[in-house]
Amino acid sequence: MMDEPMRNPTRRNFLNYLLGVSAVGWVGSVLYPVFEYFKIPPQKDDQPESVVAASFKDLKPNQGVIFKFGSSPGLLIMGQDGQLRAFSAVCTHLECTVKYRPDLQKIHCACHNGMYDLNGSNISGPPPRPLPQYRVVQRGDDVVVFRA
Amino acid sequence: MATSPHERFISWLAERFPVVALQRFASEKKVPRYEGSIWYYFGGVSLFLFIIQVCSGILLMMYYQPGVQTAFESVRFIVVHVRFGWLVRSIHTWSANLMIFSVFVHMFSVYFTKAFRRPRELTWFTGLALLGLCMAFGFSGYLLPWNMLAFFATKVGTAIVSVAPVVGRPIMEILRGGKDVGAATLVRFFGLHVAILPATFTAVLSVHLLMVQIQGMHEPHGWGDLPESKKRYMPFFPNFVLRDVLLWLIVLNVIAVLAVLFPWELGHKADPSASAPLGIKPEWYFLFGYQALKYFPGKILGMDGDAVGVVTFGIGGLLWVLVPFWDARLAGGARNRVVNYVGLLVVIGIMALTVIGLR
Repeated sequence: MMDEPMRNPTRRNFLNYLLGVSAVGWVGSVLYPVFEYFKIPPQKDDQPESVVAASFKDLKPNQGVIFKFGSSPGLLIMGQDGQLRAFSAVCTHLECTVKYRPDLQKIHCACHNGMYDLNGSNISGPPPRPLPQYRVVQRGDDVVVFRA
Repeated sequence: MATSPHERFISWLAERFPVVALQRFASEKKVPRYEGSIWYYFGGVSLFLFIIQVCSGILLMMYYQPGVQTAFESVRFIVVHVRFGWLVRSIHTWSANLMIFSVFVHMFSVYFTKAFRRPRELTWFTGLALLGLCMAFGFSGYLLPWNMLAFFATKVGTAIVSVAPVVGRPIMEILRGGKDVGAATLVRFFGLHVAILPATFTAVLSVHLLMVQIQGMHEPHGWGDLPESKKRYMPFFPNFVLRDVLLWLIVLNVIAVLAVLFPWELGHKADPSASAPLGIKPEWYFLFGYQALKYFPGKILGMDGDAVGVVTFGIGGLLWVLVPFWDARLAGGARNRVVNYVGLLVVIGIMALTVIGLR
């Protein structure tokens, strides 16, 4: 007689525990695929190693052009001295696309007034890091840009 | 004086929201227990399948890109590259089919138990509107992967609309967004499928559920004459709700098993210049109508056979909707058998035409 009130709560607790564990397992088995589903799968051709950025005859000294490098923009600059340089055009601050300013002979980000020199180094404003630089090769009339 | 955190929270909430009234309402609501009680569950199952549709549909929208150049490719991307993408798509399709099946069962159970009778006419009307919306969901969603079957099914489906007298052709062009099925149709169907239909469905569903709550569960024929002691009830909360939840769990598991064992095929990308593939037919829930139209001759008394068919279906559908009114006018009182015979004829007709159509 003494056992009854003791045993019933114990059995109930055990069943509640089993129910709780299976509920957690079930929720997990629903949430895991959903969580995985949101991960972007790697896509081919997202990051090509090289790209034809411009035609040499279209470039003038003290000029910059934006080109598409995979899914992100790049910046090709022909300096006053005729030297070609290429950088990622994604500002290292908050990912705005930068542009070449012929009047300043600097790379400028209009979003927060960030400034880079012609080596891609951050020289004023909020950008925390230099722009990644690319290798430039001239092949006939094509200006080809490689990831460094 | 509330002391425990739980009690304090309830009293905090009660000041702002009628918790106690809701609790009282839930505890007083009861469900009749008799041999036909099982039919009460199909409304809840349909609701649950709708919830699955909303969740899986939102997930699909994370990757789907409408447009003739991107729709098929994005669905293929979901199925092939996205982790568990095949599962999400298959769940969406399987659950859609089961939802329409469940709504059909729900409708016929309401019809045969005569739960549409006064004062539940509005629940019946909104329920039928929900079935119509479900079929519109099915029809519009079918086109979205932009594959061959979808393309031709949409061509045929919208062309059938055009044979209806006077309004047919304008409605077809509104649906297609032009004279033919193309890029405009795909974008329209997408907008319909993910915005217009869900918004309308949610509004009508709210009225439907509100009516059910206001009027309570329908009691079977003959209960009015029984003494209170002979009537058996089950409390809605928690007894019925827990059974509901258990059934929902089973349904979800059935869908998961179906989706894993029989994933939905994607087929080939739509090519508007190609010939219609062999054996093309609509989804099973449109099959009976499609099959029935085949039996109408090309010309009936100088009128277009398809047009006569569509109008006949329209009149039949209207009579079905209006059953609460003609049932009430027929002799035979509560046991009115004409309604049963008509219903039986419709069920047998739909099943027979569907089976013939499937072969």
